[in-house]
Amino acid sequence: MSSVRFRLNGAETEVDADPDRSLLDILRRQLGMTGPHFGCGAGECGACNVIIGDHAVSACDTPLWSVAGKDVTTIEGLGTSERAHPLQRAFIAEQALQCGYCVSGILMSAAALLKRNPSPTDREVKEALDRNLCRCGSHNRMVRAVLRAAEEMAAG
Amino acid sequence: MNQPAPASSPPALPVSLAANPKLSSWLKFSSAGQVAISPGKVEIGQGIVTALAQIAADELDIDLSRVQMIRASTAASPNEGVTSGSLSIQQSGRALRHACAEVRRIFLQQAAERLGVDIDALDIEDGTISGPGNVRTSYWELAGEVSLDRDATPGVTPKIASRRALAGNSIQRIDIPDKVLGRPRFIHDQALAGMLHGRVLRPENARAKLTELKEDGARAVAGLVAVVRDGSFAGVVSETEHGAEAALNALRKGASWSDGEPLPDENDLASFLKAQPSESTVIDKKTAASPGVSKRTIRRQYTRPYIAHASIAPSCAMARWHGDRVHVWTHSQGVYLLRADLALVLKLPVENITVEHMEGAGCYGHNAADDVALDAVLLAKEAGGRSVRVQWSRQGEMSDAPFGAAMAIEIEADLDEQGEIVDWRHSIWSNGHAARPGRAAQPGLLAAFELADPFPRMISTNPPQANGGGGDRNSIPLYDFPSWQIESHRLTTMPIRTSALRTLGAQGNVFAIESFLDEIAAERGEDPVAFRLRHLRDERAKDVIRAVAKRAKWKPEKQPGIGHGIGFARYKNTGAYCAAIAEIEGAEDISVRKLTLAVDVGEAINPDGVINQIEGGAIQATSWVLKERVRFDRQRITSTSWTEYPILRFSEVPDVEVEVIQRPEIDPVGAGEAAHGPVTSAIANAVFDALGVRVRHLPIIRDRIIAAMELIS
Repeated sequence: MSSVRFRLNGAETEVDADPDRSLLDILRRQLGMTGPHFGCGAGECGACNVIIGDHAVSACDTPLWSVAGKDVTTIEGLGTSERAHPLQRAFIAEQALQCGYCVSGILMSAAALLKRNPSPTDREVKEALDRNLCRCGSHNRMVRAVLRAAEEMAAG
Repeated sequence: MNQPAPASSPPALPVSLAANPKLSSWLKFSSAGQVAISPGKVEIGQGIVTALAQIAADELDIDLSRVQMIRASTAASPNEGVTSGSLSIQQSGRALRHACAEVRRIFLQQAAERLGVDIDALDIEDGTISGPGNVRTSYWELAGEVSLDRDATPGVTPKIASRRALAGNSIQRIDIPDKVLGRPRFIHDQALAGMLHGRVLRPENARAKLTELKEDGARAVAGLVAVVRDGSFAGVVSETEHGAEAALNALRKGASWSDGEPLPDENDLASFLKAQPSESTVIDKKTAASPGVSKRTIRRQYTRPYIAHASIAPSCAMARWHGDRVHVWTHSQGVYLLRADLALVLKLPVENITVEHMEGAGCYGHNAADDVALDAVLLAKEAGGRSVRVQWSRQGEMSDAPFGAAMAIEIEADLDEQGEIVDWRHSIWSNGHAARPGRAAQPGLLAAFELADPFPRMISTNPPQANGGGGDRNSIPLYDFPSWQIESHRLTTMPIRTSALRTLGAQGNVFAIESFLDEIAAERGEDPVAFRLRHLRDERAKDVIRAVAKRAKWKPEKQPGIGHGIGFARYKNTGAYCAAIAEIEGAEDISVRKLTLAVDVGEAINPDGVINQIEGGAIQATSWVLKERVRFDRQRITSTSWTEYPILRFSEVPDVEVEVIQRPEIDPVGAGEAAHGPVTSAIANAVFDALGVRVRHLPIIRDRIIAAMELIS
């Protein structure tokens, strides 16, 4: 057991836990952040994606120790119902999901993309989301939603 | 045959309402100006809850925001069996429409009495009932005077389509904001007070038996509450989830297993399926009044592999015992059916078991949702009255859950001098496509087969044609061939566990029929769209084909390396009509560039919801066709991760365009399974158009294409 400090959705956070435990387990079970979802435990599906620094990363195979001192953003930190992120608004507007289990991870991949590339092409969105799996077949709506959010953000 | 009965029979209650006639089981007026609507069907990511809310709000004349949708539970909900087969709109929707129309009339009668006004002079707006002279009351004011603990009666007429304000409109789904804001909505995200975590140990080799279990390693893991063993069923319960994982790993090291049972050769599924003992049924037979003269016979064989449901979420359940009563939280598609099976395994009366639904990820049929519920119940037995949450691993989800059944399909056609079809024979070899819980005298839940005193492993069966059939679903042609015989051979052995996967046998049968038709049309030099239209009598069928052909500008000019193909079906021969045109590109590796679809579901309650389902079905079918097959060696399932069981990725997804033919006056049917068969065959036919080879064995991957090319060279 040791203490790991990092910033979670902007707030200084200290966790006393085995540093080898996965970030996902810590987020869901110790910090009550159930937005990132367990899908495979092997970093293959993206359902648990969070943003660490500027990159979307799967939390299931990220050990707690590795985020010491870093900025971690989860879907809970992306936006709230009062202040939804443009991506969240766009996903609602495009009805861009069916079951929605994968969507929190996909939103994090998309948010990381828009941070580094505010006006992506259709192809760039697909590339950025290519490590995220969706089983319901909502891909095209999601791509449209990301492009819509990018436009909205560009318009200010 | 499969034409629906004409609508002229005497008034009857919709089936779900006839089975659950008490009006108060469907809806209640709560004090705060709300209406609680309790369907027996559940949300599985298909948007059903929103469509049902639209129907209820419309019929009651209330704002959608007043509708509270109640999750199904055996404690209170109407028993609507299982949420499957694209029947929720048909069954729950019609029942709710009728129940709400009747409740509306009951309240109007009460209001007329109280206000002393003629009932026909009354109007309802957002739940407020008003009449001449500014008299008014509301559902909520009258709720205390009106008992809905009475049975629905036939003869109630719901509103005509043009008077519905919500149905027919693309209302935003009510569950989506929670999901994009990351609020806890899924069963996976719920935490009950004092909840423990469980994991179950299962063998790598198929059906191996647990011969020895050393528990010391697991017991040494911090937080361990119990090691549970009953025969070959074993698991751990821990204070924490990571503790449960660690204890499971330790338990696995201490486990010894017998040899498993042999699996078939994955590279020769057709021979395996045809060699197994089976039960043969003639599904349909049509005899020609004056048989044509056969000049030659052609025969083709098609196969479909085992396909995994492969939900993005591993299955999850929670259970808590209180004495000899147990409460179960599940994402099962049928709470009552699961309860019936739990009662069989636990040897308890059903009254002792409450099964409550919580949303899970998309399941696409009978996956491990029910299995994990029994796992949780068995582990929770040893948890001293605390609740236990069990979640399967990705590996378990990909190897221990039921799969969609592999199929071998043979079609023979007799052709006359002009190459016209004079007789058609379609035969299917497949395991049954349904082994859902709650329908047999024995349980269908995995752990039940593993207990020290085990239940026999359930062998999948097929629903009767009247319910859409199973392996034979969509095997009866919609085309007007002069005669045919359709036969189904259901295997009576089942080395690989199968149960309902989206469309059951329809995807395989439509693939076979539509591929074969395409081949016959091509041999005649006839355009495949014209050929289909010429053999159809049903105008709705022709309309979707014409619509899709027009939209895709059939047939686009030939370009090297590009192919176009069409596929059509009416799901279950009684449900939604769907036609698809695929545009593909490639040589050895195929990519689908575009899918154009036209669909007719009758009245589309939520047109965008219909489009979403059709798009999703089209993309999932593309994934099945281009990538998916369950892999195994002779001992075990080997495709246990996303690397070994790849599905379509964002960069591989085709553009999808959907046209909905809206028919507000025709009873609605579901959209969730309409696209798979047509899209599968459209892609296969487009591959032929591009490459000149018929790939008759799914999935259409590089070695299948090369094998098909070698056959013709």
